[in-house]
Amino acid sequence: MSQKQKMDLNSAEHNAQVVDTARRRFLGQAAGATAVIAPGITLMTIANAEASSEGASSAKRWGMLIDTNRCEEGCKDCVIACQQENGWGIGSTDESLSNSRQKAQWIRTVTVRDTDTGHTNQLPMMCQHCEHPPCVDVCPTGASMKRADGIVLVDKHICIGCRYCMMACPYKARSFIHESMHDQKSHAPRGKGTVESCTMCVHRVDRGDQPACVESCDKGAMMFGDLNDPNSEISKKLATVSSTQIRADLGTSPGVRYSGI
Amino acid sequence: MKRVVYSGIEGRSLGYWGLMGVLGLFILMAAGSFFFMEHSGHHATGMDNQIVWGIPHVFAIFLIVAASGALNVASISSVFNQKIYKPLARMSAILALTLLAGGLAVLVLDLGRADRLVVAMTSYNFKSIFAWNIYLYTGFFVIVLTYLWTMFDPAMHKYTRTAGTAAFLWRLALTTGTGSIFGFLSARQGYDAAVMAPMFIIMSFAFGKAIFMILLIGTYRYTERSMSADLIMRLKNLFGVFVAAVLYFTVVFHITNLYAAEHSGFERFILIEGGIFTMLFWGVQVFLGGIVPLILIYHSAFSHNYRALIVASVLVILGGIAQVYGIVIGGQAYPLVLFPGKEVSSSFNDGVISSYTPSLPEVLLGLGGVALAIALFLFAIKVLRLVPDNLNAEHTENSSDVPC
Amino acid sequence: MVLSKKLKQRVGILAVVFTALMGFGSAALSDNHERAIGANAGDACVKDTSWMRRNHMELLKHDRDRTLRQGIRSVEGSIKGCVDCHANKDEQGHFISVNAEGEFCSGCHSYTAVSLDCFECHATKPDTQSTTARTAK
Repeated sequence: MSQKQKMDLNSAEHNAQVVDTARRRFLGQAAGATAVIAPGITLMTIANAEASSEGASSAKRWGMLIDTNRCEEGCKDCVIACQQENGWGIGSTDESLSNSRQKAQWIRTVTVRDTDTGHTNQLPMMCQHCEHPPCVDVCPTGASMKRADGIVLVDKHICIGCRYCMMACPYKARSFIHESMHDQKSHAPRGKGTVESCTMCVHRVDRGDQPACVESCDKGAMMFGDLNDPNSEISKKLATVSSTQIRADLGTSPGVRYSGI
Repeated sequence: MKRVVYSGIEGRSLGYWGLMGVLGLFILMAAGSFFFMEHSGHHATGMDNQIVWGIPHVFAIFLIVAASGALNVASISSVFNQKIYKPLARMSAILALTLLAGGLAVLVLDLGRADRLVVAMTSYNFKSIFAWNIYLYTGFFVIVLTYLWTMFDPAMHKYTRTAGTAAFLWRLALTTGTGSIFGFLSARQGYDAAVMAPMFIIMSFAFGKAIFMILLIGTYRYTERSMSADLIMRLKNLFGVFVAAVLYFTVVFHITNLYAAEHSGFERFILIEGGIFTMLFWGVQVFLGGIVPLILIYHSAFSHNYRALIVASVLVILGGIAQVYGIVIGGQAYPLVLFPGKEVSSSFNDGVISSYTPSLPEVLLGLGGVALAIALFLFAIKVLRLVPDNLNAEHTENSSDVPC
Repeated sequence: MVLSKKLKQRVGILAVVFTALMGFGSAALSDNHERAIGANAGDACVKDTSWMRRNHMELLKHDRDRTLRQGIRSVEGSIKGCVDCHANKDEQGHFISVNAEGEFCSGCHSYTAVSLDCFECHATKPDTQSTTARTAK
C-alpha cells in the first residue's frame, strides 16, 4: 500500500515541491477539449482555432528557390545549420560506428561541372519535396508520405526499413540509420533501422519560421515560401527568373527549384 | 499402363541426416547473423547509403524468382497436359513453396525493422509494387497449397487442372511483380526498363528448373529409384530452351539500353569498365551460366550424361546469382544522374561508382535462406508422399490415372 | 486507496498488468518517488493519473498521426511533453534519459515486460538549453 501511495502523482506533499511551469506549457499545447465517456474511450475535439492547430493545408505548397549564382563554392553554412538543427553529422554524438558512406546526410553541397565548358556551380541538394514523389509511390506501408502542404516526410512509426524509397529517389536524398541512436533532438526523431531525409524543418514551418538552412544562408541564395500563393516572395521571384527542376524529365515536379544552372 | 505410386523417402540414412545437419548448421549461422545485425544495426554490414540493398537481397530475389520457376514442371503437366511430367508435379509444387519460404525469410530478416513485420501486413500503400508483392507471395502459398491438395486428395482430382492453371497464372504475376520492383525505378540508369518483367519470368524458368533438376536427380540417385532416360532427355531439352532464352533476354536488355544514348554510360560500366561487375557479367553470367551449360545440354558428347546435366544446372544457378548480383548491386553501384551531361561531386558519393564488400553475417544470412529452402524440401519429401516410387517409361508414358 | 479498490475489481490479465504497474516503484525507487515522476513534473498530467497509466499509449498513438501526417501540433499526446516533464536530473543537474534503468518510462515498462519502442527514435531527454535558445531565435 505504501508503494501505491507513493505512486500517487496527486499527493499534496508532491505538489508543494514541484514547479508548475512544465504543466502549464504542456496544457498549453493541449488545445483540444476532451471528454471521457468511459475509461479508455475518449472524445477529442479541436476547440482552439489558432493557426497551428489546423495543421497542414493543401491551400499551401511549401517550396524553395535556390539561386546557384549566389551559392559560394566551399560555403557549407546551410549544411551546418541543418546538422545543428536536426542533430546529425558534426555536433551529434550518434552514428559513431557507421562509416562515412553509412552516415546520414540530410543536405549536402553538390559541385556541378559542365564537362564541355569546365564551368562549375555549387548548389545545396536535399529532399526535393516532389509533387509526385517516387519514394511515396513505392513505400509498401505508407510510411513515406506527403503532407497536404507538399512536405515529404517519413513516418518512422510505420517504417519497416526496407529501403525501397532510397532505391526510388532520383535525388539520393534519403539516408538509412545503421545503428542505435541516443542523441536526437526532440523535434527530429531518428532511429536505427529507419529511413530519414530533409523534413524542410517541418517543426519550424509549422510555427511560422523558415527552415534552418534558408535562415542560415547569408548570401541570399535560398528562399522559402508558399508556391501556391501568387503574392508570396518566392512566387514573384519564380515569375521573373528562369528556374529549373532537377531531373524534370522524370515528372516528379520538385518543390525545390534552382536558378542559374 | 501402371499406376504411379508416391511415397516419402526413408530419410534415415547417414547421408540424409548428415545433409540435414549441414543445412541446419547454415540455418543456425543465419539466425545468429540475423540477431547480430538486428542488434548492432546495419553498420555491421557492407551496405550503406549508396548500396542500400546488399547480398541478402541477391539471395532473396534469386530464391523468389527460382521459386516460381520451380513450379514450371507442375504447370506444364497440368496446364498444358503433358502427361510425362505429371508424376513430378507434386515435387515441383513443394519445391516452389520451400524456395519462396527461404527467399522471403531472407528478405524480411534484412529489414531495418524486422520486428515490425506485422506493420507490413496491416498497413498498405496500394500504389507500391512492394505491397502488391506481399499479396502475390502470400497468395502463391495459398494457391499452390490448394493445388497440392487437389493432387493429394482423389476427391479433388477434378479440380487439379483448374488449380494448376490458377497457380500458373499467379506465378507469372508474381515474377512480373518481382521484376517490376526494378523495372519501375525510372530514376536509376540500370533499372528503368519494361523488359525487366518478362526477363525475370524467363530467369525464373531457368533458375527454378536448375534447382529442380539437381534435387530430382539427387533424390532418385540416393534413394535408388529408377527414372526413364526419356524423361530426363525431355527435362533437359526444356531446360536448354530456358537457358537460351535467358541469354536472349540479356542480349535484348543490353542492346536496347545501348540504343538509347542516355543509358550508354551504364552499359559501358557493366559491359567494359565495371571491374567485378564486368567480370561477373561476361565470365559468370554469360559464359559459365549460359554458354557452357548450353554446350553441356546440347552437345552430343554429353547426351546421356547425368553428371553433365548436374554440372550444367549448378552453373546455371551460379550464373543466375551473378545475374541477380549484377542487377541488384551493379544497378546501385552506378551513380544516379542528377544533371545529365554534367559531372557532379559531393560528400555523399554523388557521381562516383560505389563499391560493395559484403560482410560475413550478410553472406551467412543469404546462404541460410538457401539452406532453409533445401532443408524444408528434404523434410517435405520425407514426411509427405511426393516422390514417385519409380519413373520408368511405363509410368510416365501412360499415366492416365494420375491427376492432370 | 481508490486505485487499489478499482484494481481489486479487475480480473484476469488486466489485473496482473495493473498490479505490476502499481508495484513498479518497489524495485529501485521505493525510497524516492519524486525521482520517478520527473524533474519538471507539475501537479498533474494532461489527464487523470489512473487513466494515463492505462491509456497513455493510445493517446500518444492517436496524436502522433495527427502531428506527423496532418501537421496538427496542438495535441494532448505529445511524447515531447512526456519527456519534458518526466525526465529526472542527476546530482550534477544533467537530465537522465527517461528510458534509463529505473526511470519513469522504463520502470513500468521493464517491470511489465512491455517493449518501449518510442525511444528508438525519440529523444529521451528534454532539449538542452543551447538547443532551445538557438531554435527559438
